[in-house]
Amino acid sequence: MEANGQRSGVTRRQFATCAAAAAAGFVLTACGPKRLHEMSKDRLKVLIAEMERKYAQQYGTAVHVANTPAMPGVEFAYALDISRCVGCRRCVYACVDENNQSRDPQVHWIRVFSMEKGKGVDFTEANPYYEPKDVPEEGHFYVPVACQQCRNAPCTKVCPTGATWTDPDGIVVIDYDWCIGCRYCMAACPYGARHFNWREPTIPKGQLNVNTHYLGNRPRPNGVVEKCTFCIQRTRSGRYPACVEVCPVGARKFGNLLDPESEIRYIIEHKRVMVLKEELNTLPKFFYFYAT
Amino acid sequence: MLRRILLLAAVAVLAGAGLYAGGQQPQAPPPVAPAPAKAGERLEVPPPPFTDGIFPCSACHKDLKANRARRTLTDMHTDIEFTHDAEHRWCLDCHDANDRDHLHLASGELVPFDESYRLCGQCHGEKFRDWRAGVHGRRTGEWNGHKKYLLCANCHNPHQPRFKPIEPKPAPVRPSRPPK
Repeated sequence: MEANGQRSGVTRRQFATCAAAAAAGFVLTACGPKRLHEMSKDRLKVLIAEMERKYAQQYGTAVHVANTPAMPGVEFAYALDISRCVGCRRCVYACVDENNQSRDPQVHWIRVFSMEKGKGVDFTEANPYYEPKDVPEEGHFYVPVACQQCRNAPCTKVCPTGATWTDPDGIVVIDYDWCIGCRYCMAACPYGARHFNWREPTIPKGQLNVNTHYLGNRPRPNGVVEKCTFCIQRTRSGRYPACVEVCPVGARKFGNLLDPESEIRYIIEHKRVMVLKEELNTLPKFFYFYAT
Repeated sequence: MLRRILLLAAVAVLAGAGLYAGGQQPQAPPPVAPAPAKAGERLEVPPPPFTDGIFPCSACHKDLKANRARRTLTDMHTDIEFTHDAEHRWCLDCHDANDRDHLHLASGELVPFDESYRLCGQCHGEKFRDWRAGVHGRRTGEWNGHKKYLLCANCHNPHQPRFKPIEPKPAPVRPSRPPK
């Protein structure tokens, strides 16, 4: 194109090639490299040691960062009994303590919605800010929502850097060092399950959980996305997530989908089970059921 | 001629779609009940939540004559408020009249307090079955290893089993404009 005697330096061929390469690169980040798994073991050891040293300096206490890989033959799933949940929010705060979430600005990985029994599960009428004197409130039931660990997760598809992916045991994980904080994944998630660190996270002295995992509850830097990881630091060592252990009414169940003897398989076979926003085909591994 | 062919093609497509969509519903597999509790099997549970000093009951009761008349107690155990089907049941329907250190089933069989789930399971069979599978009640321990049970009585007061409302933890703060 000639205009004012000057010619643009980029030809159509160059532009098209460049755009195609960029598009291919973008697509590959969702299915291709998982930086953590690509790294050599020695490099990773050095990196983790450096991380532990930095955390010890920052928090004044020795912090252990594990890098436990996924157990073979395991696919985690979760089941929540909404006929039992009373909306006490003890799971929310147990999660905050276990997973080193920022207190100010406040980050909660679990959000409990109060819904009316007459209206059913309807997010347009749900209220997460309920604060009555006692729960359960008359005529209400409660639906806690956290990351659904979807088998067809929209969030992993849109990440431009490949910082989030589904690990072999089914947990959707985030490598905080690769997250650039674009929040595209937050827009993609239909459950509002991903949370952003708008400022430097603050954890009060003495409340840091020092048993951390690289992809889980290690203290996050400013400007990254975080979410429920099924307590990866606990579950990969065989323990239940913190929310399962703290629930006073026993509404939360966790287990291995591939184990026919697990509670999860029993629930799927014998109880009325549903998932949230089924029509979006995200195939969550977080099931809601009615035990009665 | 062309119109006729097009019409036939449209009908064929619609018929095919109808067959496909309104086709066979997958048959749900018949429900399979979990394996019944083996007779005499003891489960590992925490100790029963006795009030301090109340157990063993025979410390007092071995010298007292059993009064089987159904009544409201006035001498002792007046602190117990009984709302567990109070219209039809009273103390000796669960507590054994002759051996107060045990409970008894409907058959008269004695069960110790750390096997009280067998007594609860007599009436609450579905809950008992779910509890044994780990679906009713709280679970601690390891999801792929040793799992721990809690006794029914560790959560439910057998005399007032209904859960009382509890105070919820604080609501999340509402999102505001992100700070600069």
